[in-house]
Amino acid sequence: MNRPLRRLSAVVAFLFFALFASTTWIQFLRAGELNAMPGNSRQLYAEFGRERGPILVGAGQAVAASVEVEDPDDPYRFLRQYPAGPVYAPVTGYYSVRYGTAGIERAVNDVLSGTADELFYRRLADLLTGEDPVGASVTLTLDPEVQQAAWDALDGRKGAVVAVEPSTGDVLAMVSSPTYDPDVLATHDAAAAEQAWQALIADEDDPLVNRAVDALYPPGSTFKLITAAAALESGDYTTDTSVAGPRELDLPQTDNTLSNDEGTACGPNDQVSLLDALRISCNTAFGQLGLDLGAGTLDAQARAFGFEQPLSTPLPVAESQFPEDAAGPLLAYAGIGQGDVRVTPLQVAMVSAAIANGGVVMEPNLVANVREAKTLDVIAEPAPQEVGRAVSADTADALQEMMRAVVESGTGTRAQVDGAVVGGKTGTAQRGEGQVPYAWFTSWARDEEGDDREVAVAVVIEDGGSVDSAYGGRLSAPVAKQVMQAALDG
Amino acid sequence: MATVLPVYPTTRRNVELVLVVAAVLISCGAWAVVGLTEDGSLPGGLFAHGGGLGALAVVLHLLLRWRAPHADPVLLPVATLLNGMGLVMLHRLDLSEGTSAASRQFIWSALGIAAAGAVVVVLRDHRVLRRYTFTAMVTGLVLLALPLLPVLGKEINGARIWVGIGPLSFQPGEIAKIVLAVFFAGYLVVHRDALSLTGPKVLFLRLPRARDLGPILLAWAVSVGVLVLQRDLGTSLLFFGLFVAVLYVATERVSWIVIGLGLFVAGAVFAATTMSHVRSRVDIWLHPFDADNADSAYQLLQGLYGMASGGLLGTGLDRGRPDIVPFANSDFIYASFGEELGLAGLFALLLLYAVLVERGMRTAIGVRDGFGKLLAAGLAFSVALQVFVVVGGVTRVIPLTGLTTPFLAAGGSSLVSNWIVVALLLRVSDLARRPAAEVRNGPEPGDTGVTQAVRIP
Repeated sequence: MNRPLRRLSAVVAFLFFALFASTTWIQFLRAGELNAMPGNSRQLYAEFGRERGPILVGAGQAVAASVEVEDPDDPYRFLRQYPAGPVYAPVTGYYSVRYGTAGIERAVNDVLSGTADELFYRRLADLLTGEDPVGASVTLTLDPEVQQAAWDALDGRKGAVVAVEPSTGDVLAMVSSPTYDPDVLATHDAAAAEQAWQALIADEDDPLVNRAVDALYPPGSTFKLITAAAALESGDYTTDTSVAGPRELDLPQTDNTLSNDEGTACGPNDQVSLLDALRISCNTAFGQLGLDLGAGTLDAQARAFGFEQPLSTPLPVAESQFPEDAAGPLLAYAGIGQGDVRVTPLQVAMVSAAIANGGVVMEPNLVANVREAKTLDVIAEPAPQEVGRAVSADTADALQEMMRAVVESGTGTRAQVDGAVVGGKTGTAQRGEGQVPYAWFTSWARDEEGDDREVAVAVVIEDGGSVDSAYGGRLSAPVAKQVMQAALDG
Repeated sequence: MATVLPVYPTTRRNVELVLVVAAVLISCGAWAVVGLTEDGSLPGGLFAHGGGLGALAVVLHLLLRWRAPHADPVLLPVATLLNGMGLVMLHRLDLSEGTSAASRQFIWSALGIAAAGAVVVVLRDHRVLRRYTFTAMVTGLVLLALPLLPVLGKEINGARIWVGIGPLSFQPGEIAKIVLAVFFAGYLVVHRDALSLTGPKVLFLRLPRARDLGPILLAWAVSVGVLVLQRDLGTSLLFFGLFVAVLYVATERVSWIVIGLGLFVAGAVFAATTMSHVRSRVDIWLHPFDADNADSAYQLLQGLYGMASGGLLGTGLDRGRPDIVPFANSDFIYASFGEELGLAGLFALLLLYAVLVERGMRTAIGVRDGFGKLLAAGLAFSVALQVFVVVGGVTRVIPLTGLTTPFLAAGGSSLVSNWIVVALLLRVSDLARRPAAEVRNGPEPGDTGVTQAVRIP
């Protein structure tokens, strides 16, 4: 009977071989494919089983942090919490089991989750020592006092506020309203999260949109800064150059006219200096300047300030647009920031910042540093990056003088800050007939004692009241003032 | 010219002791890792369970020294390690699921090892079992039929293979496996000549006479009965496979395998087309990723995902989520090991099974009596087939059925019966490895050193 026994042994060997093969097939050859299956919740469990690094502001204040769940029935080990809630929501974004990530949570996910390449050696060490891997902590450039001031000043009105440091591009405040509480999406209670999500996406005011970087607005008169910059850069104009500022500007190719807000001419004999034209926000003068300079020149100037460039803070920023082929009436409208010009509030703040920074545009940045979670060693600290030079130092000086005039005696007097030099520009961007215009204000401020403290701000308010009262100077300048004050005090 | 040389038989009992200690230490180490990962301290049950398992295994080892000194030295350590690792995984899953399966399993382990010890001590010679061939048949059929009785039988998770008395549940099929192996061996060793030498030859096959077909048809009918009445695919497959294998070994005729496979395929096709639960198992096996099967294939898929997440080296004990898989500590304990110990750990476990089966087959080859050969081969093959059916089900080699993973899975009946299988293999191997002179004269206790065996080269 030994011969069939040996054959039976061979059958047994074959059976085991099949098991070795099938096990290898699953655990090794097809493991990647199985791990990526849409119905496989293990990746989520693994992700939520790792301690995600916190998002910090200021001196270690957490605006997003993971806490270990006590409830043994909860399948996920760590819950993401947002102690400051909606104040920072547009920046932090959310980290949801069901709805994924947004904001900084998405933009630097690999660092927070601990899967970034920079953290490879830490992971290796954790593997060998058996420690639970922990994500790195990310400190934002946001200044908690400036952020809070911006939030308080906007006071729940629909709009956005951005403050940046001109010399570095560091974003000091970024507020968007209406917004949401990230905790309601981060909850592990699937039903509650779904209810909150449905309510948020059904809301017509788009609370999930970070208006500071994702929304594109017509810039209104704040664009006159770029038109003025292009004029000064052309060499044909100085702040004193007289330009035409009639009551109405006849637009080429149509019967339409462009008029000033007050319905009067901007100066005697329909003439006005470039400085005064900006100070009182003369539409006809800048409409004419737009026509004189041409779409190509304006477009090039806008690009030099950062338009039509992919920016990453590392939050992705929508690209601001200038209609480079605008002509005729549209070109005149473009010169005063109407028509098809579109900007993000961050881009507007960058214009003021570049002017305050002697003409050099800095890349806007939200991440101050990345620290290893256990040792607090700094892993990465982004250095200030120049986007490029937008205007010459002389032009920047001239623009600063013009912007100071706006705040001292022009449309932006409500933005004056005690003990500080402030330059600004108002904007009132018309939407359709009967719709409340967007109220803009952008400015920079410098401590009078000259201790290098500087800030540049952009404010947009979408629904600031009646059709008539939505002047940027009236609504938005006071918001900018409070933000600048907070930044200079800090 | 033949040279006569004295051979001093080596019993290898010391090797066995070293291996048993190693098996216990590995299990204790794994148990400690679970505790250290869970809360940074050595778990409370480490001494009780690890030490207890070690003490039981050493007692069985001492019984072998006393009553079966020539038994195979590898079987006991392998069974101890598998049992120990099973306890570790149950303990680890207890922590996640808030159950207490490990403590219960430990009690069953003690009972199983005690049963094995009893077999070794009481059963001095396996050939005694041959006298009980037909008692074994009747017992086996009764055990198989027990779950069908109205009061005793219990249906759990759709399979009616349990007997319950009060809070205790037992799967009589597990014991039936052993009794039927005894019956098959006893019956076939008597009838092998009739079954193998007569009958017409067709092509290259010598077919059996029609009247000799009786036993195989009966075995087939019983396994189909199990399948239909108890809805237990795994046990049905196990019995029929066991019978065909032993039949083939007894008769050396390939025709029996062909007939057996033919009957099996016919039965399988019939079941797959007419019985809804079998059809659904096959459907899940073939199309686990279909959206239509999302609910029914959930367990299989979660098992696959768990194994995939383990990768080559696994997440480490207590670092994965094997508790996501339904029945992670019984039907899917293989996937639980795969997730936390990785491909490397599963290979180690499969190799342990392979070694266990290989030692059993070697015992069958080595033992001189036909009954012993058939018994050892049947028992060893039943372990191999059981591992194949359950692991193959989890890894999609075959449709998923409800068999337990020997020694690892939670379940007292299975653990006790597998320890008895090991004890029987130990008993047979003692005779297989005993020097010829001793076999003739019978063992003389305390006199092994001077017994002389002769070997003629």
